[in-house]
Amino acid sequence: MERFEITLPARAAGAARQTALAGVVSSGNLEVLVEAGQDPATCAIEVNTSAHGFREIWEAVLADFAERYPAGGLRIAINDAGATPAVVSLRLSQAFEDSTGEDS
Amino acid sequence: MSASHQWNTLQQSRMRRLERAAALAQGKRVEAERIVALLEAIIEPGDRVCIEGNNQKQADFLARAMVQTDPARVRELHLVQSVLSLPEHVDIIERGQVSRIDFSFSGPQSGRLARLVESGRITIGAIHTYLELFGRYFVDLTPHVALVAAQKADRQGNLYTGPNTEDTPAIVEATAFKGGIVIAQVNEIVDTLPRVDIPADWVDFTVPAPTPHYVEPLFTRDPALITETQVLTAMIAIKGLYAEYGITRLNHGIGFDTAAIELLLPTYATELGLRGKICTHWALNPHPTLIPAIEAGFVQSVHSFGSEVGMEKYVAARPDIFFIGADGSMRSNRAFSQAAGHYACDLFIGSTLQIDLHGNSSTATRGRIAGFGGAPNMGADARGRRHASPAWLKAGREGRGDIPMPRGQKLVAQVVETFREHMEPAFVERLDAWDLAESAGMDLPPVMIYSEDLTHIITEEGIAHLVRCRSPEEREQAIRGVAGYTPVGMGRDKRAVENLRDRGIVQRPEDLGIDPRQATRDLLAARNVKDLVHASGGLYDPPKKFRNW
Amino acid sequence: MNSRRISYFEASARARVAALADAGSFREYCPPAERRTSPHLARLDAPVAFDDGVVVGSATVDGRPVLIAAQEGRFNGGAVGEVHGAKIRGLLERAAREKPAAVLLLVDSGGVRLHEANAGLIAISEIMRALMAAQAAGVPVFAFVGGSCGAFGGMGIVTRLCDEVIMSEEGRLGLSGPEVIETVKGVGEFDSRDRALVWRVTGGKLRRALGEATRLVDDDARDFRAAAIAALSNHRRAPADLADLKAAQAALARRRSAHPETRDGLEVWRALGLPQPEAVPMLSSDAFNRQLHELSAEA
Repeated sequence: MERFEITLPARAAGAARQTALAGVVSSGNLEVLVEAGQDPATCAIEVNTSAHGFREIWEAVLADFAERYPAGGLRIAINDAGATPAVVSLRLSQAFEDSTGEDS
Repeated sequence: MSASHQWNTLQQSRMRRLERAAALAQGKRVEAERIVALLEAIIEPGDRVCIEGNNQKQADFLARAMVQTDPARVRELHLVQSVLSLPEHVDIIERGQVSRIDFSFSGPQSGRLARLVESGRITIGAIHTYLELFGRYFVDLTPHVALVAAQKADRQGNLYTGPNTEDTPAIVEATAFKGGIVIAQVNEIVDTLPRVDIPADWVDFTVPAPTPHYVEPLFTRDPALITETQVLTAMIAIKGLYAEYGITRLNHGIGFDTAAIELLLPTYATELGLRGKICTHWALNPHPTLIPAIEAGFVQSVHSFGSEVGMEKYVAARPDIFFIGADGSMRSNRAFSQAAGHYACDLFIGSTLQIDLHGNSSTATRGRIAGFGGAPNMGADARGRRHASPAWLKAGREGRGDIPMPRGQKLVAQVVETFREHMEPAFVERLDAWDLAESAGMDLPPVMIYSEDLTHIITEEGIAHLVRCRSPEEREQAIRGVAGYTPVGMGRDKRAVENLRDRGIVQRPEDLGIDPRQATRDLLAARNVKDLVHASGGLYDPPKKFRNW
Repeated sequence: MNSRRISYFEASARARVAALADAGSFREYCPPAERRTSPHLARLDAPVAFDDGVVVGSATVDGRPVLIAAQEGRFNGGAVGEVHGAKIRGLLERAAREKPAAVLLLVDSGGVRLHEANAGLIAISEIMRALMAAQAAGVPVFAFVGGSCGAFGGMGIVTRLCDEVIMSEEGRLGLSGPEVIETVKGVGEFDSRDRALVWRVTGGKLRRALGEATRLVDDDARDFRAAAIAALSNHRRAPADLADLKAAQAALARRRSAHPETRDGLEVWRALGLPQPEAVPMLSSDAFNRQLHELSAEA
């Protein structure tokens, strides 16, 4: 497993967030846990992945996420079993939307 | 004109061959055990031979017989056939009986073929599109001998090719009317055919094969294997392309990406109010994944290149949709359906393995000489087209700008996931096709769809309306803009891409009002093959490998 | 969009719980945020899941209080590890104390997790004991089997201890899985790659016909919920005392003599006298249930 943490600047999430989990840890998939964090101006992300050597891509995916969504004040934890960036982005979006508590 | 000039050498050659074969046949009927001797009697060194190998139906018995012929007699052949897919097609080359091949597609044999080319044991004339090869059958690649497959023959030699008629009419017409010999393997000989697909006087010999000819279920995609990412790209395609241009006439390539679109028509597209407004007329094989859309009343007409294993009864029961003979079974025709796809459809959408920075795309990889079959015909602007349609005119206005003479353009889209399995990027600086061309000594890198024809790229990152780009630089940034986290995507100029987004040239899911949480398999009108059987009212009879019941 | 079918087979454990429980009623115990992950997987440098592959909590179903455990078949095949097993056991022990209307076990598991086999084996036996203690306390336990891993190994036994077993045809129930049987006894005994055979032998329809499953539903989470509601108001009871067990044993002996040497569900359909044995796999569960009912009415 490869493990790393990054903290990204992000717009404040605003309304109160609820804990949300999206995805399942299975081959080519991952789970994303979104919780309330400390600093409203940053998004703290912890990644545990079974695929080694893709940190640069992870950082780019996560930076885009923090740019596209008001993820400030959130703490995100990821357990990954080799998902493609497409699936990672999708799970991040799903978990973020679920954390707003609004129905799709 | 010289009185001494002979004008009937082809006919005389034909008569000599038939005389040599006469003792081996009873009229047109040849028994299976004499087929090798018959081939040796008829085929002459240097002949152009077509062993009917379509991408579905195979004259497999005749191919096996060819491998048993004496290489001292049957030699220096020039194979001219659309598909090299049976091992026997390449065995004949390995046995040294073939000096040159012209073909369109080599699927499972592409690796062996590449090795034979690299070792100099075979020369490839060209890798054509289907229409191009059929065209050359009538110009400079007319077969001397055609070995074709039919379901049934009658005692006169009329053939019933039925739902899998495919390439047979094109091959037989070219051969029979230019002094060639036509030999048909048939599954059975009957007194009365359901209908005549090929008339007897175009056929010289019929041979009952010991086993029915093989048909590959090439177009069956199990919905259980469609991913959420493919659902998302299908949603983007429907909203960003189909609805945007009002595409009613189209062709889909093979693959899970387009199967996902077919399965979203009765659900997502219907919810968007698009029934009757998109996807009404198709040039398409009877894809099992199209069943739910047909049953939902989305589809008005489908003309097919070939049939699909297990779809025969369903197709026959939907004569308003498919092209059905008076006997009640479908007739396909690859040449006509390719022409329909090229001239009469407004959209081709398919998948690929690689797209370069210009938008050239190819499925060619080093060490495999595969070809592209029909995709280049479908995936090319039809410059001869003279009839208008709203989708074609809109693309023309966007693509050609304010030129004095109004003209439309075909929509050609590639849908890919930015990374394939094992994190192989779909976007590359340089296509592997260049390496293949160098290693195989080809005149041209094998490109499936050329940049100038490609109007759209769809990935999970969004849609790039390349047709709306005003310069090569814009085009490159639009491609990079949907290339995600591949090196090509990471190399994008973020400001330029944002500018393209503002102008509607690059659209992300959120720009199209697509909620990623909706991109689930729940949206598929069928989740597995069994659902397709249910949707067909029990008429679809899938091959065993697709069943878990 | 609520009118659309929700495939139970494809749904995640969390989605299954959401579909079975009354909207908004589920309260999770040991939720993912508590990060009760497997120490064994971590030691083996394998990916962990925040819930260790099982969701447990309380909810109401049609207004009646229940406890629910749902295994996630896609995480390590739903296999039971130490933490995973402890969560199910704890839920069943809570049931014995709190006496909800029922415990719903959404089983989707190949059995014990090989990475932590000893702990998993112990966990399975603890689950069995806690399950029977809950039943002894008057709390019925219903198993739901309709996921991709079915209910095999120890979880197959746990399933058979339940008062009701609600299955879809897609769900499979057995002790040894097809691959295990093939490995041990050879492909002649059981061809695990013949998917149609595997389903005809282990799938919900055969289990229902033989009485091991009490209800057969279509692969729709809404149908599983309807079956749960029906079972809550009127359910079978698992054998509780010696007389019950002897009767159950006698029934098994009768079944064995009624279907001697049977190797395929198809033979069972024929022996039972179903009108079109070959068509059974394509029947909806309603139609299949109706045919079984008619046969039992004739008998």
